[in-house]
Amino acid sequence: MDFSLSKEQRDIVKAAREFAQGEFTGRALEFDRSESFDLDIWRAACDLGFVGTFIAEEYGGAGLGFLEHSLITEEFWAVDPGCGQGVLSVTFGSELLQLFGSEEQKHMVLPELVEGKAIMCSCITEPEAGSDPSRAATTAVRDGDEWVINGSKMFITNGTTAKWALIFAATDPDNSDRHARHSFFLAPTDGPGFQATKLTGKLGIRASDTAEVALSNLRVPADALVGQLGQGFSQLMAFFNRTRLHICAQAVGLARGCLEESVKHLKGRMQFGQPLAGFQVNRFKVAEMATRIRASRNLYWEAAWSMDRGKVDHGLIAMAKWFSARTAVEAADEALQIHGGYGYFDEYKVQRLYRDAKILEIYEGTKEVEKIIVAGTLLG
Amino acid sequence: MKILVLVKNVPEVAEAELEIEQGALDLEDLEMVVNEWDNYAVEEAVRLTEAAGGDVHLMTLGGEDDEDVLRRGLAMGAHSATHLCDEAFEGSDPTTLARVFAAAVKDGGYDLILTGVQSADLGQASTGVLLAQELGLPHATMAIALEPGAGEVTVTRELENNTSEKVALPLPAVVTVQSGINQPRYVSIMGIRKVRKMTIEMLEAGDLGLESQALGREASSVAGQSLALPPVGEGAQMLTGSLDSVCGQAAAILREKGGLA
Repeated sequence: MDFSLSKEQRDIVKAAREFAQGEFTGRALEFDRSESFDLDIWRAACDLGFVGTFIAEEYGGAGLGFLEHSLITEEFWAVDPGCGQGVLSVTFGSELLQLFGSEEQKHMVLPELVEGKAIMCSCITEPEAGSDPSRAATTAVRDGDEWVINGSKMFITNGTTAKWALIFAATDPDNSDRHARHSFFLAPTDGPGFQATKLTGKLGIRASDTAEVALSNLRVPADALVGQLGQGFSQLMAFFNRTRLHICAQAVGLARGCLEESVKHLKGRMQFGQPLAGFQVNRFKVAEMATRIRASRNLYWEAAWSMDRGKVDHGLIAMAKWFSARTAVEAADEALQIHGGYGYFDEYKVQRLYRDAKILEIYEGTKEVEKIIVAGTLLG
Repeated sequence: MKILVLVKNVPEVAEAELEIEQGALDLEDLEMVVNEWDNYAVEEAVRLTEAAGGDVHLMTLGGEDDEDVLRRGLAMGAHSATHLCDEAFEGSDPTTLARVFAAAVKDGGYDLILTGVQSADLGQASTGVLLAQELGLPHATMAIALEPGAGEVTVTRELENNTSEKVALPLPAVVTVQSGINQPRYVSIMGIRKVRKMTIEMLEAGDLGLESQALGREASSVAGQSLALPPVGEGAQMLTGSLDSVCGQAAAILREKGGLA
C-alpha cells in the first residue's frame, strides 16, 4: 500500500494552503460576525482553478479526481470552514449533473461553475423531508412541453447566490415504490416562481449562504429533466456518495485546524509555572486528536481513491463520513477546552471552529443515517 | 529577454519546534517552502517576460526533494528549470557555491540573472553578489523596482529610512531582489498541471566539469562551526491571544511598569 501523495498532489496541497492562508485568514472573523462573504474570493479561487477540479476537461474542469478536490477542501477548511464552504460549495450539484445530465445541460452549466461565472445550488431538503428525502412533497407536473414545479425547500446552500438550481421533485408521488417517485430538474434561478430568502442565525459556517426556497408555478422546459424520469432517488444516493467525501475532507481540515491551534496555545500559555504543553492531561488530548485525524484521513482517502478508480463503496463512504465528522466535533470541543476562557471568545479561531464543526454531523447525511448505511452493509 | 532566477527551498521555522542534529538544523519534521525573497524574484521575472516577451529559466541547488521549489516557480509561469543535485555540493561555503552556479550559468546566454537578496535560513546575502563576481558581471542589490531598457536595466535600490537609489547597469547583469517589489501570484491548478508535462534538467558536478575535490566542506574556506538555538531567557513573559488582545496586554504591562506616560 502506498499512502504517499504524488508530486502533483503535494503541489496542489501547498497551493491550496497558500491561497487560503492569504485570502481567508484576515477576513474570517468579519464574515463570521456579519454572516456574509466576499464573492471576489470565490472568483479569485476560480481564476486559480481551485473550483470544480473534479469536473471533466471537456466541461472546462481540470479532470482531476475527488481525491484532489478533497485535498483542496481539507486545506481550505483547516484555515477557515466558512470561507472554505463559501468558495467550494458553489459546485454543489455538479457531481449529479456530471453523472446524469444531458450533454446540453453539462455544457450549459459546468464550464460557468469552473470559470467563476455561476454558482449552483441543490434543492433537496424540505421542511418535512430531511433524512428521508423520499418524503419530499415538492411536485413537478407535466403541462404540455413544460414541467410546473411547486413546493418549498429548506436549508439550501447558495440559495440566494446561485444562477442554477437542481430541484428534487415528485413526478410520480403515488408510486408504490417510494424510491421511484422523484426526479431531478435543472432550472435557472432568475425566472418567476423561484424565490430564495436568506436564512440568518446559523450556528456556524456563517460565511456560507443558506436559504429557504419557495417554488411557485416554476415552469421549466421538458428537457430540464435530469436523466431518467423517476430516477431521482437513486441519482441522489449516487450524488451523496461523492459529496460525502467532500464532507470528510471538510471534517479532517477543521479537526486539523483545531489541532494546530491547540499545539500553538499549549506551547505558549503558562500556568502553574510551566507551559500547558507540559501537563500530561493536555499531551493526551493532542495525541488523541492527532490519531483520530490521521485515522479519519486514511479512511476518506481510501474511499476517495477507490471512487477515482470507479469503485463506489457505499459503506466505506458512510463510515468515513460519520467518523470524520465525529472527529471534528470532538477535536473542536477539546481545542476550546484547551484554550479555556480565551476559547470562549470569537477573537479566537477555536470558538468559530467549535461552532462550525456541528454541521458536519448533520448535512449530507446525519451521523445516524450514516450508521444505518454501515449497519446495512453488515446486517442487511 | 532571457532571465535566470536562482531559487532555494528553506525550512519554515516561524512556529516550528526546532532541534539541532549533528551541528545542523534537523529538517525531518519541518516543512520546506520557497525562500521568500526568491519568490519575489520569480514573480518579477515572470512579469517582465509577460510584458515584453522572453523566457524565465529557474535554477536551484539542493537535494532530490528540493525539486518542488522549481515546480512551484514553473507553475507560476517560468518556462524551464535546472536542478543542481549532487552530494559533492554539500557543505560548500557561499564562494564555492557561486563557482558551481557560475559553471552552470556561464553558457546560458542570460540577459538578466535574479536572486533573492538573501535566504531565510542562512542569510548570507551573498549568492547573487558572488555569482556576479565569478561571471565578471555588474550587479545591484536590494532591488525594489526593475526597468529594463535597450541593453541595460535600471534598478531602484532600497536604502535605509525610506530612501532609494536608482542605478543603471549594462546587460547582462545580476540583481538581487528585495521582498515587497511586487505582490507574488498564487500558484494555480492550471500552472501545476502544466508542470506535469515539463522535464526538469538534472545536473551533477561532473556535468558542470567540476571535480568533487574542488567542492564541499574540504574545498571551502569558511567552515561551519556550530548552530545554537536561542537560550531560554529568564523573566520573559509570553503573551498569547489575538493581535488585539496581545497589544492590549502589552500596553497594560507597559503602563503598569511606568513605560507609558
